[in-house]
Amino acid sequence: MLLIHCPYCEEDRSELEFRWAGEAHIARPENISAISDEEFAEYFFLRNNEKGLTYERWRHIHGCGRFFNAARDTVSDKFLMTYKAGLPKQPIPSEVKAEAIAEEKTVETWEATEGDAR
Amino acid sequence: MADVAVRTLPLAGVHGGSSVARLELAAPAERISLRAAAADVPALSAALGLDLPVKPKTSASANGRTALWLGPDEWLVIAEGSGGIGTGLIADTTKATVPHSATDVSHRNTAIMVSGPGAAAAINTGCPQDLSLAAFAVGACSRTIFGKVEIVLLRTAEDAFRVEVWRSFSDYAFGLLAEGARDAAL
Repeated sequence: MLLIHCPYCEEDRSELEFRWAGEAHIARPENISAISDEEFAEYFFLRNNEKGLTYERWRHIHGCGRFFNAARDTVSDKFLMTYKAGLPKQPIPSEVKAEAIAEEKTVETWEATEGDAR
Repeated sequence: MADVAVRTLPLAGVHGGSSVARLELAAPAERISLRAAAADVPALSAALGLDLPVKPKTSASANGRTALWLGPDEWLVIAEGSGGIGTGLIADTTKATVPHSATDVSHRNTAIMVSGPGAAAAINTGCPQDLSLAAFAVGACSRTIFGKVEIVLLRTAEDAFRVEVWRSFSDYAFGLLAEGARDAAL
């Protein structure tokens, strides 16, 4: 079970209390009726789906109920840091990042063991 | 001839528990769900006659009322004792002229009191929180998950908890607590 740090409860809580809420730092266009269909699709539908370090929104739905942002490694599932909603994208401390990358190498991914996408 | 409608409490007549964890139904209480911005907390505290807690996972009691911190702008206020439902939590909040939202949830929730040396173990059957005294002191409270349902947990004494649960989930919560209480006694 993962422990996730809630920046509002100021505590590590079980993942059972949380819910994923998509990619973070997607700003709604100022004048949404003026943008083209392509721009709307880019804003509304298209997500980066990055492998490795991603910024996501999470919600402490069975706790304080608050949305917050988290930097997570999608390979190792490790949460690198969390911070309150509304803050700009926070840089990840270099020692945390180095540790995460080292951990990523020890995770057996499907691509590395069975897939053709090597 | 039509029968007279009689209010039946959720969980009326159920029983469970074990030698180490006693399960009892709490008396009906008046409850409100209160939401307000941080700046308006002092005015609401004055209106309610108790200091709304602003620290995560804490509660405050005064004058038979308990306010539980649920989130940075959300509290559950429970009024127990003689008055019961209708003693005026809502009436008191209207005395505060600051913007806020107070919703009466007296009948939405019911509460199960879990006490005894195995109380924490019984709750941990379905709840992932650390219920040691160091992490969850007397007076600590939290909205959390219990098996498949959401609960609000309040530690009322070293070996006693109040489990607030939505009435439609109360059968499930009581059933799982009863199993947990039996397991705790093994």
